Amino acid sequence: MIKLEGIQKSYGLGKQKLHVLKGLDITIDKGEFVSIMGSSGSGKSTLLNILGILDKYDDGNYFLADTLIKNLSEKKAAYYRNRFLGFVFQSFNLLAFKNATENVALPLYYQKVSRRKRNDIALEYLDMVGLKDWATHMPSELSGGQKQRVAIARALISDPKVILADEPTGALDTKTSYDVMEIFKRVNDAGKTIVVVTHEHDIAAMTKRNIVLKDGFVVDEIMKSSELEVGSIES
Amino acid sequence: MFDIDKWQEIFFTMKQNKLRSFITAFNVAWGIFILIILMGFGSGFQHGVEFQFNDDATNSLWIRAGETSKPYKGIKPGKRIQFTNQDYEAIKKLDGIEYITGRYYVPGEFTVRYKDNLSFFNVRSCHPDHKYIEKTLITSGRYLNDTDIKERRKVTVIGEKVVEVLFGRVNPIGTYIDVNGIQYKVVGTFKDEGNEFEQKVIYIPISTAQIAYGGGNKIHNLIVTAANATEVESKMLEADIISYLSGKHNFDPTDKKAVRIFNGVVNFMRFMNLFAGIRFFLFIVGVFTLIAGVVGVSNIMLIVVKERTKEVGVRKALGATPNSIIGLFLQESMFITLTAGYVGLVAGFIFIDSGSLSAMMESFSFPMDFFKRPEVSLKGAVIATLVLAVFGSLAGYFPARKAAKVEPIEALKDE
Ligand SMILES: Nc1ncnc2c1ncn2[C@@H]1O[C@H](COP(=O)(O)OP(=O)(O)OP(=O)(O)O)[C@@H](O)[C@H]1O
Ligand SMILES: [Mg+2]
Repeated sequence: MIKLEGIQKSYGLGKQKLHVLKGLDITIDKGEFVSIMGSSGSGKSTLLNILGILDKYDDGNYFLADTLIKNLSEKKAAYYRNRFLGFVFQSFNLLAFKNATENVALPLYYQKVSRRKRNDIALEYLDMVGLKDWATHMPSELSGGQKQRVAIARALISDPKVILADEPTGALDTKTSYDVMEIFKRVNDAGKTIVVVTHEHDIAAMTKRNIVLKDGFVVDEIMKSSELEVGSIES
Repeated sequence: MFDIDKWQEIFFTMKQNKLRSFITAFNVAWGIFILIILMGFGSGFQHGVEFQFNDDATNSLWIRAGETSKPYKGIKPGKRIQFTNQDYEAIKKLDGIEYITGRYYVPGEFTVRYKDNLSFFNVRSCHPDHKYIEKTLITSGRYLNDTDIKERRKVTVIGEKVVEVLFGRVNPIGTYIDVNGIQYKVVGTFKDEGNEFEQKVIYIPISTAQIAYGGGNKIHNLIVTAANATEVESKMLEADIISYLSGKHNFDPTDKKAVRIFNGVVNFMRFMNLFAGIRFFLFIVGVFTLIAGVVGVSNIMLIVVKERTKEVGVRKALGATPNSIIGLFLQESMFITLTAGYVGLVAGFIFIDSGSLSAMMESFSFPMDFFKRPEVSLKGAVIATLVLAVFGSLAGYFPARKAAKVEPIEALKDE
C-alpha cells in the first residue's frame, strides 16, 4: 500500500540546512496498523506529512497504492489526498462553524456529493464512532475525545486507502486515548491501513507494528502478531 | 452560487466580526453612493448649461456688420458695412439655412401704454422666423407672419411680463397698445425660457420698424439657424455667408472685422465638450472613492485569509483544490461588495430622485439656474454596477489567490 525508497528530506539552506530524513525505506502493506515513534524532532511529523502529500520530499520515491507520488500538480495532490488519504490531527482541526455532521461530510463536499447525500453518509459514520446523538452539535459543544471521534469519522468518510494520524491522542487523557485507539483498532480490523505517529508507548503498543525513527533513519522495527508489553520498546 | 455550505461560511465569518464586516460594507456602500451622487452632479451641471442655452437655438449663427480693417480692391480700411433687406433675401436662399431673421435695432426702452397703465419695455423688430431662433413660445394668439412684414402692419406680440404689467387679467389679444405714440394691435403673447429680460420684450415686424424709426431697408444684424449641422457644416455655412457678403459689400473675405459671425454650434459644442469633460472627471473622482472602499475590502479579506490559514490548510488536507479555495474567498468579497454596493446604489438614486441633492446645492446657495434636474441614467446605473462587479472580484481575487497558496502542512503545525 505504501512504499518508501530512500526518502530524504531536509529543511533550510546552506549552514542552516537541517537533514531530517536521511534515507528511509519503509513498506507498509494493506491492512497494517503501524505506529511511528521516536524522540521529539526525530522527523515523525515530517514523515507523516510526506505520506500525506502535505509536504514534498527531496530524494527517493514514494508509492501510494502503486502510484508514484512525485511532482504532483496542486490539483492532482488535492485529488489523491481526498481519495486515498484520511487525516486525523492532534488538535482535531474541526471547522468551528460546522456541526458534527457537516464536519464529517466535508471530504465528500470536495467530491461534489450532494449536500443531502453526504450528510446522510456522515450520519452513518458518526453512528460508527458512537456520536449519532451529537450529530447537530457544534465542535465547541463537544469534549476532546468526542471531537477526535468526529475527526476520525471525517477521515473515514471518503473510504480512503490509508488513515494517517499525527499524535491523535496527544491532547487526550488516558481513558479517552484508549477509546480513540479502540476505534482505530476496529477500523483496522475492518481492513483499513492505519499509520499513527505517537510518542506514548502504551499507544504504540496497541498497534501491530512499530517503526522507530532516530537521527533520520529507521533504527528499530517491531512486528507483533498480538499485543505486546509496553516495556519492550526503546527509543 | 447556491451552495449552502459556502453561504454558511460567509455568514459565519461575517458574524464573527460584525463591526469589521459593517465597516467594510459601509466603505463600499459609501464609495458607490458618492459615485452615483457625482454622476448626478455631472448631469445636473450639464442640464444647467443646457438650460442656459435654452434661451436661444443652439444651432444659430449671429451675423453682425462691422468696419473693414483691410484694404480691398482699392478701398481703404474703415468702411462701414450695412446689411439690407437684399442681404436677408440672398442669405435666405443659401444651402443649409433653416431659419433666418433680421433685426432692426430700435434702441432704448420705450414708454408703452395700455389705457391708464404705463411702463417701459424693449422693442425688438424682426422677421417671423425669429420665433424659432429665440425659442419664443406663443401662449395665446399668434406670432408675427409674412403678411405683417409685407404690409408693414402695426401689430405686436408681447411677453407675459408685459401682459402682467399692462393688462393684469384683461385679455390683451385684439387690443391696441401705445408705443411712443404709435398704436400697435396685440396679436399674440409669448413666454421665453430665457431670463426675465426676454419676457419683457415687445416684438414688431421689422418692416414696420424700418418705416417708423427711419431705417429704410437697413438691417442691423442677421441671425440664421443651421438645422442639425455639425461643427464642420456650420463652419462651411459661415464661409458661404462671408463669401456672399464680401462679394456684395466689397470687402476682403479674410477681414475678420468687416462682418463678425458668432457661431452658436461651435460655442455649444465647446460647452458641451467642457461639460462632458467635467462629467468624466466627476466620474473618475467617484471611481477613486469606490476604489478606496474596495481596497478596504481587499485588506480586510487579506486579514480574513490570514486568520483562516489553518482552516485552509485543513481543507487542503481534506482534498480542497486551489480553485475551490479561491471560490470560497472570492464569493465572500463579491458578496460584501455587491450587497453593500447595491445599498449604496439605491441610496444614491433615492438621494438624487427625492430632490435632496438639489436641495443640498440650494442650501449652499449655488445658482440653481446652473444646476437642473440631476439624474443618473439607466446607462449610468449599469456602468456603476459593472464597475462594482469588476472591483468586487478584484478585491477578492488577490486575497483568494493568497489563500489558495497556503501550504497544507500549515494544518498540521500546532501553534
Ligand atoms: N517547516 C520546517 N522548517 C524548518 N525546520 C523544520 C520544519 N518542520 C520541522 N522542522 C524541523 O525538523 C525536525 C523534525 O521535525 P518533526 O516535526 O518531524 O519532528 P517530530 O518527530 O514530529 O517531533 P515531535 O515529537 O516534537 O512532534 C525538527 O528539528 C524541526 O525543528
Ligand atoms: Mg510531530
